[in-house]
Amino acid sequence: MYNMHAIVTTGLTVNLGIHRALEGVDLRVETGSFVVITGPNGAGKSTLLRVILGLVHFSTGSVQVFGKPPAQVSRDALAYVPQIKTLDRSFPALSCELVASGFCHRWPWRVSHQAHSAAVEALELVGGVHLAHRPLSELSGGELQRVYLARALVREPSLILLDEPATGIDMAGESDMYRILDDYHRHRTVTILMVTHDALAAQYHASHALLLNRRVISYGPAREALAAEQLGQAFGHGMHTHLNCDCERGGDV
Amino acid sequence: MSELFSLAFMQRALIAGVLTALTAGYYGVFVVQRGLSFLGSGLAHAAFGGVALALLLNQEPLWVAVPFTVIVALLITWVRERSGLGADTVIGIFFALAMALGIVFLSRIPTYATDAFAILFGSILTVSWADVTAAAVVTGVALATLPLWGNWAYATFDRETALADKLPVRRDDYLLSVLLAVTVVAAAKVVGIVLISAFLVIPAAAARLVTRRFSAMTLTAVVFGATAALAGLIGSYLLDLPSGATIILLQCLGFVGCLVVAWLKNH
Repeated sequence: MYNMHAIVTTGLTVNLGIHRALEGVDLRVETGSFVVITGPNGAGKSTLLRVILGLVHFSTGSVQVFGKPPAQVSRDALAYVPQIKTLDRSFPALSCELVASGFCHRWPWRVSHQAHSAAVEALELVGGVHLAHRPLSELSGGELQRVYLARALVREPSLILLDEPATGIDMAGESDMYRILDDYHRHRTVTILMVTHDALAAQYHASHALLLNRRVISYGPAREALAAEQLGQAFGHGMHTHLNCDCERGGDV
Repeated sequence: MSELFSLAFMQRALIAGVLTALTAGYYGVFVVQRGLSFLGSGLAHAAFGGVALALLLNQEPLWVAVPFTVIVALLITWVRERSGLGADTVIGIFFALAMALGIVFLSRIPTYATDAFAILFGSILTVSWADVTAAAVVTGVALATLPLWGNWAYATFDRETALADKLPVRRDDYLLSVLLAVTVVAAAKVVGIVLISAFLVIPAAAARLVTRRFSAMTLTAVVFGATAALAGLIGSYLLDLPSGATIILLQCLGFVGCLVVAWLKNH
């Protein structure tokens, strides 16, 4: 059944130990949206992704992903792109194995013919076929990010969750990443949620923005949700100056 | 040299040594890639506490050491998961606790010196058929868990994405720690408590140097571990050296060889 909403949260509150990470979050993300999630450090951005993935239990409220609780959502429907800076580069693996792991949901002892074809197809989408047989330890940050995107796309997901994908890659790598996501979003019915500190770059690509500071500060069409007044409310100072001067990226906004 | 294969104690030592080396090499790749090399030492010292308790109670060491070490392994995993402390810290605490308990247990036995020496440094003369059976069971269990290799490897590479893919990562953490504990106890007679963590760490570390894929690393570690155990046991018999130390020295030699190969490949 086609769901109007990919994600619906009602009164979502999450406590991590004694720290309240999210409080009373009400959110309705329409299927097919490209949502950028931004806010200050400790605003609960990554926690929200982790709740949607079913990795963090919430205290009160409800979360529905395609009309189901997170634990019951098919793992083929979701693709998660973690921060590449947290990855273990010493793990002996070829890029095609990493992409195939997204297809098989396990690490492949031997990449089957079917998984290999799917991996190459996904690497083609990100312009990374030449990386297929390269070890992960030899890839640059940008190349590794492409491989990780291919790993997400290989299962043809309905929902892609990205956690600060631009961290650790250069400007060219970031712009490649947006081009790949924009292309994919244009041609498929896919909902994208991306946590980023770089609201400036993101607002040109996203259809919607969620400004979070434990509570929802604003949610709506990207430019409206990231208007100066809302940013000031979230960050406590005049973020519009940064957003307009195009001079800061990658750091906290 | 052929007579050594006809000696009953050598047969037992060879079977137990090679089987436990195969198993330790297999689990070792997960230990090394998860940064848990210290866990091998921690479990070995837990096994020491268990064996000392068995001697105090005048019981067959395996039947006491296995549950004792398994309980310590589970506690390490549980406290690590719940406390937020680093793995090395938690292992260090249980390492000391089990060792202290072992020393207290031994101090209550009037004549413990020989037994303690055999536990600490390994002795092929003391390998019994019960130890061979334990080694065979441990290897059988490792073979039975081969279908889980893909899940374990996935969680080893990136725990978060494995959890996001709804794999039973936490259950597997406990399972792996129990299997490691049992393997360590099963290998104790041949290698000795002091050196047993090398059984887990060196084959996997050497394999990591010369392979580009995790499956190749696993296979190489298993073959490396078993070969070193076989050659080490034969060498220890022929040269009248302690078995555990001879095996580990050969493993170290192999590790240096792999370092050289890796260096030559990169230059």
